[in-house]
Amino acid sequence: MPSPNPLILNILTANNIHKSYGDFKALNNVSLSIPEGSIFGLLGPNGAGKTTLIRIITQIIAADQGIVTINGEPLSSSHIREIGYLPEERGLYKKMKVGDHLLYLAQLKGLSKSEAMDRLKVWFKRFEIAEWWGKKVEDLSKGMQQKVQFVGTVLHNPRLLILDEPFSGFDPINANLIKDEILQLAEDGSTIIFSTHRMDSVEELCDHIVLLNKSEKILEGSKKEIKQTYKTNTFEICHKNPIETVEPGFQLLAQQAIEDGLYKTSIQIENGRGPNELLKSLINQVEVHSFMEKIPDMNEIFISKVKGGHRE
Amino acid sequence: MNKIALIIKREYLSRVTKKSFIIMSLVGPMLFGMIFVVQFWLVSHEGEQKVIEIIDESGYFHGNMEGTGTISFIYPDDNLTRAKEELKANDSYGLLYIPDIDLNNPQGITFFAEKNPSIEVQSSLEWFIKNRIEEIRLGNFGIDKQQLDEIKTNINLNVINITDAGEKEGDVTISLIVGYIAAFLIYLFIFLYGLQTLRGVIEEKTSKIVEIIISSVRPFQLMMGKIIGIGAVGLTQFVIWAILTIVIWQGALTFYQVDIAETKKMELVEGMQTSLGESREMPEFLEKINTINFPLLIGAFLFYFIGGFLFYGALFAAVGSAVDNDSDAQQFQLPITLPLILSIMLLSAIIRDPHGSLAFWSSIVPFTSPVVMMMRIPFDPPLWHIGLSMVCMIAGFIFTTWLAGRIYRIGILMHGAKVNYKVLARWFMMKN
Repeated sequence: MPSPNPLILNILTANNIHKSYGDFKALNNVSLSIPEGSIFGLLGPNGAGKTTLIRIITQIIAADQGIVTINGEPLSSSHIREIGYLPEERGLYKKMKVGDHLLYLAQLKGLSKSEAMDRLKVWFKRFEIAEWWGKKVEDLSKGMQQKVQFVGTVLHNPRLLILDEPFSGFDPINANLIKDEILQLAEDGSTIIFSTHRMDSVEELCDHIVLLNKSEKILEGSKKEIKQTYKTNTFEICHKNPIETVEPGFQLLAQQAIEDGLYKTSIQIENGRGPNELLKSLINQVEVHSFMEKIPDMNEIFISKVKGGHRE
Repeated sequence: MNKIALIIKREYLSRVTKKSFIIMSLVGPMLFGMIFVVQFWLVSHEGEQKVIEIIDESGYFHGNMEGTGTISFIYPDDNLTRAKEELKANDSYGLLYIPDIDLNNPQGITFFAEKNPSIEVQSSLEWFIKNRIEEIRLGNFGIDKQQLDEIKTNINLNVINITDAGEKEGDVTISLIVGYIAAFLIYLFIFLYGLQTLRGVIEEKTSKIVEIIISSVRPFQLMMGKIIGIGAVGLTQFVIWAILTIVIWQGALTFYQVDIAETKKMELVEGMQTSLGESREMPEFLEKINTINFPLLIGAFLFYFIGGFLFYGALFAAVGSAVDNDSDAQQFQLPITLPLILSIMLLSAIIRDPHGSLAFWSSIVPFTSPVVMMMRIPFDPPLWHIGLSMVCMIAGFIFTTWLAGRIYRIGILMHGAKVNYKVLARWFMMKN
């Protein structure tokens, strides 16, 4: 369901998108809304339809049915300039010089040469890569090429940035650099669609997500809301001596010994009971060192949703 | 439109600034010149002197075979067995043994040599023997060889074309040479630059830049920009070659004229009468070359160059988009290159009958028309043939670019797909 909150401005909405390749349905009635200024995680296993959806948004292909709007307007060629796209399968013209290449990409997005030149200077300075200007792309390392690609994607100041696995191929230092740039761009007002398998980066960066599986949307919402929805009222307790039994209304899920005679135990609270009651009952039995609600991480939600199929 | 211009510019500049392009542009005309010179040299080269021994038991040949610049005859006094033995020791090329033959049915003439004789030597010997036998038999019939030679007459037909503009002297040889060169150049350029288009598309696909580009421009714009850009590179190379050839030609001509003047001066000084006919040959050739309608030829050349390249370039681009590497491209390349090769093969038939129905149809169908029509134009085909052919050419490339565009838009996004003609047809039918 598109975001129900009318106060949130959506930069992009997709309504009932269908797309087939011959007999294969790549997208089946997918709708979503992307709030302006959000970092939006587009998640799903391989073959779920993420790339197809991105290609429809970037107007590389057209949907068979359904409509995509940007700022309320149906998608048109005038939006090309507002979108920056870094595909997963990305490369550069190997024989071209870095400076010429980036100028070319910027001009294709509609920037004038002088405009592109000014912006390039800023980015080259920021990434400290000024000496690369006259180098041929093929003379750069893979990581260096990735940086150039990133600059090419953001050079025209797109309001909507679509990044498909942006960290693949980066070493941790450069991945961090790019991550900071993404956060900075979001802070400056860009909306970022972030397609990835790496749940740690989703956890870290995204505030909204949509989960696609087998061509259909199976989950959408803010990360916080989703986590709240998918928490299982389970608490993790660290304590001395093992817990032998629990009162009715509580269910002991797992218990394991950790260091220094301490134990870690997961207990689920059933309906009608609260965490305070659980804590009280435990204090009578063991020495409690910590007590914390277990909030599911995105990885767990992803796996449970994809493995469990449609539960909504 | 502006974006297509950007793509054309990139495709064009990235190629014309390459070292290989510059070298080929400069060296090309010289290379072609060299090919002609080498061919001319090979034809006119006399080779080393070959000495052939003759054992003549018939008595018809002894002392009567004069030889040429490359073959000379000696008549050893040995018998056949000894002469054959000595052949290994001496430098002679071979031994011709003529037994006592019946002039009406000469049999048993044999050539002994250490190595197989060249076809040239063999046919020369056959000619010598045949000539000599005929001479003797003429004598037997009471006919004098000299008289017979005097009876022989050479005829050179003057060809006059009657056109609407009046009568015009024509020359088949000149038309043939000019037509063949123009047709061959069109073939060469379509082939070379068509393959460049194919490689360019494959490179874009394998370097994975293509998805970045087509998020800014339509796939069709990218394809057209590439085809037009590469076509412009071909045209540039052709223009450079044409200019260089003219310069070299002019240089050769100036040199030649100086040469004539020198010869004439020498003739005056020495008061010798040399045959002026020979030195007139070149200006006559030049005069005849002017009978060709060059504005039409050049105009048509440019048209068919561009039209033919767009026609085939689009098909090459479609193939490039469908595959992941050069070797996969081969199976789809064949059906495209086949009509091109066919059009070159047709030329010999066109030369025999430049206005026949084969010539007509193959110069109308866009698959063969660029090459075939260039062969026909120096023979002054009716203007409506050219007009119809051009209309079909335009319709043809609109069709191929449309067809190619539909395959290209899907193909460039497909990696590692197993592609066959059925798959191509499916892509073609797919909605956008």
